[in-house]
Amino acid sequence: MDLIDFREEELFRSGHLACGGCVEALSLRVIVNTVGEDAVAVVPPSCGAIICGGYPNSALKIPVFHTTLEAAAASASGIKRALMAQGKPDTTVMCLAGDGGTYDIGLQALSSVAERNEDILYICFDNEGYMNTGGQKSSSTPLGASTGSTPGGKKTRKKNMVEILAAHRVPYIATASPGHLNDLAAKVEKARNIRGTKVIIVLIPCLPGWGVADNAAVKTARLAVDCGVFPLYEVENGEHYSMTQRTRTQPVGAYLAQQKRYRHMTEEDVESLQAEVDREWDRLQHIASISQ
Amino acid sequence: MTDSANRQLLSGNHAVAWGVKLARPDVAALYPITPQTPILEKITELQLQGEMDLQLLTPESEHSAMSACLSASLTGVRVFTATSSQGLLLMHEVLHYAAGARAPIVMFNVNRTPASPWGFWPDQLDSLSQRDTGWVQLYSESPQESLDTTVQAFRIAESVGLPVMISHDAFYVSHAVEPVELPSQALVDEYLPRVERPLRLDVELGQSFGAPIDQATWNRSRRELGVAMDKVFAAVVEAGAAWSALCGREYGPLEHYRSDDAQVLIVTMGSMSGTARVAVDALREAGVAAGLLKVRLFRPLPVSALREALAGVSCALVLDRNYSPGMGGILHQELKAALFGMPDAPRVHGLLAGVGGVNVPPEKIQQWVVDYREAEPATGPIWVE
Repeated sequence: MDLIDFREEELFRSGHLACGGCVEALSLRVIVNTVGEDAVAVVPPSCGAIICGGYPNSALKIPVFHTTLEAAAASASGIKRALMAQGKPDTTVMCLAGDGGTYDIGLQALSSVAERNEDILYICFDNEGYMNTGGQKSSSTPLGASTGSTPGGKKTRKKNMVEILAAHRVPYIATASPGHLNDLAAKVEKARNIRGTKVIIVLIPCLPGWGVADNAAVKTARLAVDCGVFPLYEVENGEHYSMTQRTRTQPVGAYLAQQKRYRHMTEEDVESLQAEVDREWDRLQHIASISQ
Repeated sequence: MTDSANRQLLSGNHAVAWGVKLARPDVAALYPITPQTPILEKITELQLQGEMDLQLLTPESEHSAMSACLSASLTGVRVFTATSSQGLLLMHEVLHYAAGARAPIVMFNVNRTPASPWGFWPDQLDSLSQRDTGWVQLYSESPQESLDTTVQAFRIAESVGLPVMISHDAFYVSHAVEPVELPSQALVDEYLPRVERPLRLDVELGQSFGAPIDQATWNRSRRELGVAMDKVFAAVVEAGAAWSALCGREYGPLEHYRSDDAQVLIVTMGSMSGTARVAVDALREAGVAAGLLKVRLFRPLPVSALREALAGVSCALVLDRNYSPGMGGILHQELKAALFGMPDAPRVHGLLAGVGGVNVPPEKIQQWVVDYREAEPATGPIWVE
């Protein structure tokens, strides 16, 4: 196994308020330390807003603006422009948002920021639902998963945010995983050196929300990548797709078995989901092969 | 100052845009809505011509426009936006946020009927229904006043640390063209010195804004907001006096017109004031001791000044171009609350006049004064036309 290799500048401190074993805190630590201290964060209501700490404490050493749920991207663009007006164009302005604040209520503002190609780094901690309010479905919740508002399992698919953003032709989009921290750090490093709108979606298995064992979040995150449910890839300028993990080594069932939110699924359901994942995987490989 | 070279024929909205240009904001975020759009277009044009050194954002909604203004303001720069009606209502959430964060944003609102039904007409319900958000609210009746108040609003906002909203009526002011005196850039620069704010989003300082707090801290934040609100009246007086010293036009929280010996005072806001002034002149001609009390500062409500202005007056006739269903005219209710318990308070009549933008000619106001000055006030609102 590779050693985790990222700059530790102590920009994310102990005493944060994440659940024990939460890999969002781990991801956040890697991200903010890779970005460095010349940065301002914008955080809408989300697990991240709690993790960053309650007044008068802050787990982040960089300035944080806690904004409204729908306006993370708009708020970041305001800060960026103000810094440009002050002659500080190199400061990284980054959103640290959840999937509710990205796929649902924040999509309109994010779409506008992407269309205007504002120079921000947008991180979506995607735990596939409103986990900070106790676990309800968002448009990022995948097919079949049970949540507080889909107790019988969600009947519709997860929204494909990467394709939506790719249609905006932003310079950089990537998916990343707390199970692949060196890859996450490399993507953040790449993104922060690009001018324009950059988006990185990090899949965060939620211990209570997904019903994952306290010590199994990293394992679950790795299985999501290994079975192809959450492929790791990059999209540059909306057109050039490249896979950062090219192979699948696990069946979908191995990933589902880690989580209580799929416990109601029959063998048939799992087979059907496997077929769905296979189709999507093949489609993505095809796009990646023709876009090179 | 009567230098004709500095006079231009401007609509109310273009006068606002010129006021913004002179105030030199660093960031503006604008979204179009009728009848605000000429403000947006004039600012955009001035920026393109190199007349304004401005970071201009054009987001997808008023909610995002205000969100961008708020976060930009928190970095310490000067920020402006403009809106109207539905746009202001869409911003509502962020208006609370901005006041709570003590961001000295200046916003111009063009008063327009909120839907439904869908309309575009002068009515102050849009801004009056934002009265509890913690924004300072000023109302203007003419293009000149709108330009002057826009510049003054930055001085007020930055001195008390609160966002300021100025409103003028759709079309009657926003699109009416009048000769407007443009102050020089040097004059406005002298009037609006840059103030460095100790609390701001700055990488060198590391301060954060808006983190989750406990009950006591939220409670304290409201008390501090109240302390700032208490400073606004004096700030408006100071901003008006300093402006008057530089360019000769004076504005205060209230305007008194022929009110010294008045027995009946018309109380109103915005473009209705000009009509009421004509009515007062005609009433005086006819021997009726009428006057006008124009409310320019609505939030904070200048309670002491209102009580002082109405002491000894036998009748106050409030003309509200707005209607709060279930209660009546908003200025009427506010004025009654301000006067409550005053031993020599006047009889206060609340007339719903011009709601939805229907025309109110001076003759009507004269007639209402005659009809109501001796009458006992009704408990509910009175629709007049």
